[in-house]
Amino acid sequence: MQEAMIARAKELLADGSVSRVMGWKKGEFSYDISPAVFENADQLVDFVYDDFCGANVSKYLINESKKEGKILAFLKPCDSYSFAQLLKEHRIDREKVYVIGIPSYGKADINKIRAKGIDGVLGIKSEGTDFIVDTIYGEEKIAKFEAMSERCLTCKSKKHVDVDEMMGEEGEWNAESKRFDKVAELEAMTPDERFEFWRGELSRCIRCNACRNVCPACTCVSCVFDNPNSDINNKAAASSFEENMFHIIRAFHVAGRCTDCGECSRVCPQNIPLHLLNRKFIKDINELYGQYQAGANADEKYPMVNFTFDDCEPGIVYKRGGNQ
Amino acid sequence: MQVEEKEFKPTIVAFCCNWCSYAGADLSGTNRLQYPANVKIIRIPCSCRLNPMFILRAFQRGADGVILCGCHPGDCHYTTGNYYARRRMTLLFSMLDFLGIEKERTRVEWVSAAEGQKFAETMNDFVATVTKLGENHRLEDLRCKKQ
Ligand code: SF4
Ligand code: SF4
Ligand code: SF4
Ligand code: FES
Repeated sequence: MQEAMIARAKELLADGSVSRVMGWKKGEFSYDISPAVFENADQLVDFVYDDFCGANVSKYLINESKKEGKILAFLKPCDSYSFAQLLKEHRIDREKVYVIGIPSYGKADINKIRAKGIDGVLGIKSEGTDFIVDTIYGEEKIAKFEAMSERCLTCKSKKHVDVDEMMGEEGEWNAESKRFDKVAELEAMTPDERFEFWRGELSRCIRCNACRNVCPACTCVSCVFDNPNSDINNKAAASSFEENMFHIIRAFHVAGRCTDCGECSRVCPQNIPLHLLNRKFIKDINELYGQYQAGANADEKYPMVNFTFDDCEPGIVYKRGGNQ
Repeated sequence: MQVEEKEFKPTIVAFCCNWCSYAGADLSGTNRLQYPANVKIIRIPCSCRLNPMFILRAFQRGADGVILCGCHPGDCHYTTGNYYARRRMTLLFSMLDFLGIEKERTRVEWVSAAEGQKFAETMNDFVATVTKLGENHRLEDLRCKKQ
């Protein structure tokens, strides 16, 4: 795949259809891969695409599409939803991006691989239902479902939204993704249990803001959380309020626009399951205002800037879901 | 030694739309209808003005309950503001509940300028509900509490 992508990128660079390439390159280690822009064919020697390339590159296209010339972007299905949502919000200039859709069958989570006792990772390959992890001690085999990142295990769609060309085979929307199961499980708990669960998770937050910075829906030039007068722009040890405020508001701001790409949870250094907050909003929106998938349809109004005359009253919350 | 039991009086913040509930509160005043003095009214230009952060901020600064009062759906001075507010508050309240924060601490009520009676009743009822729940501990900020 990687070789084919580089070859295609070189072709497009050579015939002048694009002047830059958005992709991934290795970081210090083979598994901390970061999004990168390649300015010419020579730089493409650093281009990588493997099962550690989970990073969503769509957010970078906001700035890239402001520059001169066209950029080639390789988008996984989840990236393409974010991309389409950003187009809808007029954050990306579509004319400036050439999109190649690439299939993704699930990316590996280095933490899960480590948890299996596999260390000294040098690289990763995919072979049927297994990942072959190359390490300094030799090759290790691990079943994909054991090493895949959480979000990939509950992937909503293998189908792209808006591409100029496809490399490899286009997938399908996955109606059986079970992505709301964990949310439903929490809903079934008592409020005290839920409170305990979330205190345990959120109190670990170090307010690094990585979840906000990586999120393709969080594209505000100046963010509420950067306001030094807000009392919530950093972590104060004295109180649990910051975390509550930050997480409620962050999730609320992206409600209806969050495509469930899973980046927020992926980048969290504290492994806080942030996607559960976003999915709660998605689930509520689906249940109360009709099925909606952000990014899927450019013409649909998104639920937070829409209403019907007979929407439910906020009081519905007292009646539905969860125990008293 | 006898411990003196102080009666718990919750602090309630009521965000009231200028065009209806705020006038409704006025009317209940001129009609000498009683509602507890611990309801602090904050006037907003439309229910839609209520940023969810205001609610959280009110809790941070020591509110035990927050209520939003706006024009009845269909009667918003700006035509559609309260329809948006309705969606936002529904989702926000549901999220608070999801985090285990008592859902009875937040409420939305539509009160027109002519409904002084309803305003007083709503407030009495809300204060009673929050009094039963007791102090807000789940969304408090210790630094903002009086020692
Ligand atoms: S909130 Fe998380 S899942 Fe949703 S769009 Fe942002 S990064 Fe993706
Ligand atoms: S948290 Fe809110 S204000 Fe900050 S970038 Fe995200 S959407 Fe914008
Ligand atoms: S990435 Fe994790 S630790 Fe950092 S601010 Fe977000 S939730 Fe907190
Ligand atoms: S003006 Fe009263 S709710 Fe909009």
